[in-house]
Amino acid sequence: MNKFLISVSMMAASFFSVASSASANTAALNIFACEPEWGALAQALGGDRVSIYVATTAKQDPHQIQAKPSLLVQVRRANLVVCTGAELESAWLPLVLRQAGNGAVQPSSPGYFEAADYVQKLGVPVVLDRAAGDVHAAGNPHIHTDPRNIARIATALAQRLADIDPANAAFYQSRYRDFSTRWQAAIERWERAAAPLQGVVVVSHHSYFLYLDHWLGLNTVAQLEPKPGVPPTSAHLVSMQTLLQNQPARMILRGPYNSERPSAWLSERTKIPEVLLPGTVGGSDQAKDLFSLFDDTVARLLAALK
Amino acid sequence: MFRYILSTATAALFSGSVLAAEMADSDQRLQTLEQRLQILETAAPVKTVASSRNAFNPAIALILSGIYTNLSQSPEGYHISGFALPEDSEIGPGSRGLNLGESELVISSNIDPYLYGNFVLALTPEGGAEVEEGYIQTIALSNGFSLKAGRFLSGIGYNNARHAHVWDFVDAPLAYQALLGGRYGDDGVQMKWLAPTEIFFELGAEALRGAGFPASERDKNGSGAATLFAKLGGDAGASSWLAGISLLSTSPEGREVADIDLADAKVINRFSGTSKLWIADVVWSYAPNGNKVPGNFKLQAEYLLRDERGDLAYDVGGVENTAPFSARQSGVYVQGIYQFMPRWHVGLRAERLDAGTVDYGANNAMLAQRDFNPAKRSVMVDYSPSEFSRIRLQYARDESRQDVSDNQLFLQYQMSLGAHGAHQF
Repeated sequence: MNKFLISVSMMAASFFSVASSASANTAALNIFACEPEWGALAQALGGDRVSIYVATTAKQDPHQIQAKPSLLVQVRRANLVVCTGAELESAWLPLVLRQAGNGAVQPSSPGYFEAADYVQKLGVPVVLDRAAGDVHAAGNPHIHTDPRNIARIATALAQRLADIDPANAAFYQSRYRDFSTRWQAAIERWERAAAPLQGVVVVSHHSYFLYLDHWLGLNTVAQLEPKPGVPPTSAHLVSMQTLLQNQPARMILRGPYNSERPSAWLSERTKIPEVLLPGTVGGSDQAKDLFSLFDDTVARLLAALK
Repeated sequence: MFRYILSTATAALFSGSVLAAEMADSDQRLQTLEQRLQILETAAPVKTVASSRNAFNPAIALILSGIYTNLSQSPEGYHISGFALPEDSEIGPGSRGLNLGESELVISSNIDPYLYGNFVLALTPEGGAEVEEGYIQTIALSNGFSLKAGRFLSGIGYNNARHAHVWDFVDAPLAYQALLGGRYGDDGVQMKWLAPTEIFFELGAEALRGAGFPASERDKNGSGAATLFAKLGGDAGASSWLAGISLLSTSPEGREVADIDLADAKVINRFSGTSKLWIADVVWSYAPNGNKVPGNFKLQAEYLLRDERGDLAYDVGGVENTAPFSARQSGVYVQGIYQFMPRWHVGLRAERLDAGTVDYGANNAMLAQRDFNPAKRSVMVDYSPSEFSRIRLQYARDESRQDVSDNQLFLQYQMSLGAHGAHQF
């Protein structure tokens, strides 16, 4: 028991020392971002006026996060919570928000920002029934895989930053203008480069890339998951193999948190190349920010086409 | 067709904004205006919400469970040797054969910008209904404070506030059964404070009615039970941990507990005095890259120690023999749950109670303590077809009754209908 207490207090001591060294670099605004893409966007717009904590990594399934102690700590100190919404975080974020004792970041307050509020959702189910798998009533939540959505969300987020931190409003505005100009140019560049992908037939592990497909005109004919959120079964994979014999796809898409085995199995049998896409910032060594995320995504898709 | 319209529309939107930027080069003021307009135009939420009267209905979830129980010993008269509990305690393996489990109806919602409400109705297979939880909780307080009022499961320990359908085994840990009669839920108020530190550090205190064991119902204006707890937690690489220390302090009066005297007769004793229960808990979980889906491991251990001092009335043929009483008893369990592939878990749990020292004073002649430490070992495997369903097979060797070894086999399902449950740590 004593040993245990000693080790706990040592852990505590080490964490406190980290805290004090971090607080030396005090930023105006503490931002809690649920997913890496929103952390990257907030960083792009907020520069050195914001301090960002990203709750999940590209390697984690954002549906399957637990309301763990470290998240409560970060929400408690946050001035702004930036999340996807569309029920992506519904299993853990409401619990974290309720327990963190921070009235400023509760839903419907200025300190709470849901990106999905600002874009048109795709894949909105016609019939809501759990027999269809883990469907989201609001539609597919992986909105960030279309850079045009990021542009819309950037507009709203820049405004929100200015609202909750009026002293730096001009700073956020000018960073937004700069980001927006570069982003529009980048979209045009990606669209030109990705023109050969128009109409290319693909299959994907999870419906993670619905918005990407929609943007680039990829034609996803099937998912490796028999139903959203249901892990691929061998029976379903065998039926996919048959399907792909009749309707050959050019690539099998997988995100960084999807298990590699099902797509590897299918790729080996059908000789269709498997493409690991970064999915979000940090999903590959190349995807260091939002620009390099799409640079890398488009490059990987084009490489698989050759 | 729809896709086409959408992409054309978005293309138009963006070319518009590029144009605006070009024009603005000449005039700084115009640029600012243009930007503001653009923000107004594009930042408008596109979300539409159905405006029917029931759009504000609270979230509703129904937990359905059923169990097949195979026991080598009859559960009739189940008790934990050396640990006196009230007669109606929810302990033991339940009845043999096919049983409907407890159904739970959970209704929750934000009440207004300041409060959240949660209501849990437990429906027993016999037909009774019990308000398991019914509380309101603040959401708008700041500086790490939150308040709760109503009926709720106490924040002491790790397992206590977790509902049965999120347990990793069919039954509550033996230490919780022996020292808390299952778990501690009560009416009262709770205050929690999360410290503004880098590490998770939370303090909690509760003032409670003291309605159930180890407290006892009393005719008094003040509170009959109080708790204090402190929790520490955080992340270390791909693992997360939480450790806590809690105290439940009560002063029961005339608390009736069933016991077996040296003549092997069942007796009802009445205890008055102070009861202090300490819990130390630690939980550590690990998942490669922090992604729980393909596989993860969770280690959980709790140590409970109860210290009681006061007077015990031993009832013999209607005559009460009251004598000083003191007892110091404890229990511990350690469990590990391993998700070895998506949707499949295996788990092991080892438990032991320490009968400790129980001094009945002058009543020792009839109630002297037996030299026996109950123990139990369980192994389970569960399969979750989805996040909303789970089927579990559990085998336990239960040696909680002196001279009796019970081989217990359970096959259980637990289903959740409706609102998505929360992923508690």
